[in-house]
Amino acid sequence: MQRNPQLNAHGELQHLLSIEGLPREVLVQILDTAESFVGVTEREVKKVPLLRGKSVFNLFFEPSTRTRTTFEIAAKRLSADVINLNIALSSQTKGESLLDTVANLSAMQADIFVVRHNSSGAPYLIARNVKPHEHVVNAGDGRHAHPTQGLLDLYTIRHYKKEFTRLTVAIVGDILHSRVARSLIHGLTTLGAPEVRVIGPQTLLPSGVEALGVRVFHDMRAGLKDCDVIVMLRLQNERMDGTLLPSAQEFFKHYGLTGAKLSLAKPDAIVMHPGPMNRGVEIDSTVADGPHAVILPQVTFGIAVRMAVMSIVAGN
Amino acid sequence: MKLPEAEQLCAQLVGELKARIGPQTAMIGLYTGGAWLAERLHAMLRLPEPLGLMDIAFYRDDYHARGLHHDPKRTKIPFDINGRDLLLVDDVLYTGRTVRAAMNELFDYGRPASISLVVLADRGGRQLPICAQHCGARVEVPSGMRLRLKRDAGDRLTLALEPERAA
Amino acid sequence: MRLHIKGGRVVDPASARDAVGDVYAADGKIAEEFSRADRVIDAKGLVVAPGFIDLSARLREPGYEYKATLESEMDAAVAGGVTSLACPPDTDPPLDEPGLVDMLRRRAKALSRARVYPLGALTVKLRGEALTEMAELGEAGCVAFSQGNVPLRDTQLLWRALQYAATFGYPVWLRAEDAWLAKDGVSHDGEVATRLGLAGIPSFAETIALGTILELVRATRARVHVCRLSTAGAVEMMRHAKQEGLPVSCDVAIHHLHLCDMDLGYFDSHCRLEPPLRSQRDRDALARGLAEGAVDCLCSDHTPVDEDGKHLPFAEAEPGATGLELLLPLTLKWGAAHKLPLAVTLARMTSDPARILGVATGRIVTGAPADLAIFDPGAAVRVTAESLKSQGKNTPFLGYEFAGRVRYTVVAGNVVYEG
Repeated sequence: MQRNPQLNAHGELQHLLSIEGLPREVLVQILDTAESFVGVTEREVKKVPLLRGKSVFNLFFEPSTRTRTTFEIAAKRLSADVINLNIALSSQTKGESLLDTVANLSAMQADIFVVRHNSSGAPYLIARNVKPHEHVVNAGDGRHAHPTQGLLDLYTIRHYKKEFTRLTVAIVGDILHSRVARSLIHGLTTLGAPEVRVIGPQTLLPSGVEALGVRVFHDMRAGLKDCDVIVMLRLQNERMDGTLLPSAQEFFKHYGLTGAKLSLAKPDAIVMHPGPMNRGVEIDSTVADGPHAVILPQVTFGIAVRMAVMSIVAGN
Repeated sequence: MKLPEAEQLCAQLVGELKARIGPQTAMIGLYTGGAWLAERLHAMLRLPEPLGLMDIAFYRDDYHARGLHHDPKRTKIPFDINGRDLLLVDDVLYTGRTVRAAMNELFDYGRPASISLVVLADRGGRQLPICAQHCGARVEVPSGMRLRLKRDAGDRLTLALEPERAA
Repeated sequence: MRLHIKGGRVVDPASARDAVGDVYAADGKIAEEFSRADRVIDAKGLVVAPGFIDLSARLREPGYEYKATLESEMDAAVAGGVTSLACPPDTDPPLDEPGLVDMLRRRAKALSRARVYPLGALTVKLRGEALTEMAELGEAGCVAFSQGNVPLRDTQLLWRALQYAATFGYPVWLRAEDAWLAKDGVSHDGEVATRLGLAGIPSFAETIALGTILELVRATRARVHVCRLSTAGAVEMMRHAKQEGLPVSCDVAIHHLHLCDMDLGYFDSHCRLEPPLRSQRDRDALARGLAEGAVDCLCSDHTPVDEDGKHLPFAEAEPGATGLELLLPLTLKWGAAHKLPLAVTLARMTSDPARILGVATGRIVTGAPADLAIFDPGAAVRVTAESLKSQGKNTPFLGYEFAGRVRYTVVAGNVVYEG
C-alpha cells in the first residue's frame, strides 16, 4: 500500500486528512501544541506571528458557517491572511473541476488549503495534486473524516479527564453519516481508550462498524452505563425523511440524552456535542445547559487545536 | 576545556542584581535553561512578584526553515507587565535571536517600563544588536559545539558543551 | 495470405492440444500443412493460442469519442491478443437501433483488426421501459441483448424481455444487481467502506438480483449470461443453477480476480469499478470458481475513462478500468496462482467465451477461422500510460510489472499486430 499521504518522508505531518493512521506521537504533539495556544487565546493580544505572510484558503464546497469561522479565527490568530471561498455557490456550479479550482488558487500563492467537501476522500485528491510547499487540512469530507473536530474532542476529553487509558466513551446517534464519529473513534483507539461504544438504531450504524474497535449498543440505557464521556452527534434533518427513522420524536425517546439517561453514566461524566445542537431531538436542554455539558469549552479549544494543526503542517 | 561553575556564576549574578531590585521589578525566564536559572535567581532574590516563564516557539524566526518546535511549553506570565522593570533571564546568549523573539512576545503582553537581559554565559557570535546587562561569564565555545545549562536531580546547575544538533 | 507459424508451443484448449508444432493458415482459416508460405513466423519459445475472446470491451463509440475511439481501442485489443470482442450497448446513443449497430460493425470491419460483436440494448434507450426490436437488431448483427451497467428496475419488464428474447432464441446478458439496494452505493458494503465513509452496496444486492434472474430463467427458459459476478454467494448460486441444468453461464472481470476493497487504499479512483471490488473472501471465491468452472470465463471489462473522469473524489469518479492489454498477463497470473495447466487457463478466454458467444473462433483446428494470439509467457510487461495503446490509461495496475507479452496477433489469417 502507498505511504500515508498525510506524512512526509520524515514521518512528519504535511497534511491533516484523517486521524486514522496517525501515530500516537503526532496526536500528542498536536494536543500539546494546542495547549500552548490555549494560553495565547487567553491573552489580550491573541495573535502570534507564526504564519505571517502565509495565505490560508478556506475552500468550502459544502456550506458551514461554524467550522469555517473557527478556521478563520485560528488562521488570523496565527497572523495568516485568510481567504474564504464558498465554492458551493461559485465555480463548481459553472462546471469547473475540483482540481482546476485548486490549481487556480495555487497560482494565487496559497500555503494552506482548508477543505470541506461533501464527497469522502476529496481532500486526498487535492493533497495528491498540490505543490510540495502547499498543505491541505481536511475540514470535513463526506462521511469520512473531520480530523480537527476529532482532535478538539480529544483535547476536551484530555482536559477534563487527564488521560485516556481508563475511559469509557459513548458516541450516540447517527454514526452512519458521521465523519465526527469516525475521526473520534480512530483518535480514541490510538490514544488507548479501553472502551469506545457506539449507540444508535441499526439504520444509523454502518456495517462492520465493530471493525473500528467499538462496542455496539442499540439500547441507550445499557450503553451509557458507567460512561466517563458521552458524545452526542447531530441528527441531520434530512435523515428524518422516514427512510432511516420514522420521526424525531421516536428518536428522541430512545436516543435523546435526558437527565434521567445521563444519570446512568458516571457522576462526573462529561457531555460533548460537535454542534450545532438540535435541542429536543438528540439532547434535552436541561442536559445541554447543565453542569455536565462541556459543549462551549469544546468550541474554545477548537480554535487552539486548529492553530496547532495549521502551524505544525505549515512548518513541515 | 574548563567551563565556569554555574552555581558560582549564579551567586555572582545575585550579588549584582540585588542592587537593581526596585518596586516594579519582575522576572521572566526563557524555557528551558533560562527558566531553571530564573527559578534559582527568583528564589535567592526573594522577589515579591511570582516568576514568569516564557516559551518563544511561536515567535521564532526560523519557523519557516525548521517548522514548529516540538512540544512547546505554555507561556505563563502571572502579573501585568505594563510599567514593569523586567529582568529577562536566559542561560546562554549567542546570536541574540531568542532574545529578539522573547521581546516580541513580551510586547504582546503589554508595555514594560524597561527590560534588562540577564544571562549566565555569553558565548559571543551575535547576529543582532543585543547585549546582556548582566552576564555571569564570557565563554569561548569551539565551532560545532553548543553550550547548555543542565540541571541534575539535586537541582544543581552546571554548564556543559555538546555537539550541535545537525540542522 | 499463406501463413506458416513455426515451432511454437501450440496450446488449443478446445482440443486439449499442448505440444510444440507448426500452425498453417490460408484464406483466413486454419489449414493443413503446406510448403509455400507468404510469410513464416518463427514462434520458437512462444505460445501459439487461439486469439482471445473478450466478452466485454467498451469501444466508446458512438458518443464517447473523447474517452476513446474505435481506432485506439481496436489497436489496444490486438495489442492484447484479443481477436474477438463483445461490446456492451451502453454507448451514446445506446445500441437500440439497427442503423447504429450496422454502422459500428462496418466501422470496425473497415479497421480490419479484431472482430466486433455488438450487444443490442434490451430496452429502448436502456431506460428499462420498453423492449427494443430484438429481431431487427439481431439481423443487424447483435449477438445478444443487454442493459450494460444500466439497471432494469421493473422486474415485470425483465420477465417480458426474457420471454421475448427466448421466443427468437437470443441470449440475454445481465448484470445481477438490485437497483434499490445499490442506490447511491460506490463500494462494497463492509469494513473498508465504513472506514472510508463511502456508501456501500451490500453483497446481497447481487445475490437477490441473481435469485430473481434465475427464477425468471426457470420460468422462461431464456438463455441468460450473467455478467461480472462479484460475490462468493453468486458463484455458489451459479454452480447450483448449472447443476440444475438451467441455460445459464457467467463471467467475471479480470480485476475482480486480483483486487478487493482493501485496494481502494486512500480513495484510489482507479479502483472505482462496477460491480465494486468486494472482500478478499469474495475475490478468492471468484478466482476459485473460475478455476473450477462454476464461472465460465473471464473478460477484461475494458472501460476507457479519460483523466477528467478519474480525477475526482472517489464517489464522483467514473467507474471502470482499461483492460484489453492487461487481459493476458492478469489471466496468466490467475492461472499460475491456481496452478492450472496453461490450456485450462487459456480456455477461460478462448474456447469458453466462444461457446457463450456461439462463434467458430477460439480453437485451432483445420477449417476454423485463423484467429491466433502468439505470446511470450515469460516476457515482462510494465504497465504505464505510455505503453498502453488504449486511450484509457485508467488502471489500478499502473506501474506494475507482469509476465506475458503478446508478440503477434493474427485475425483471419492476417498479422494485425506485431510487438
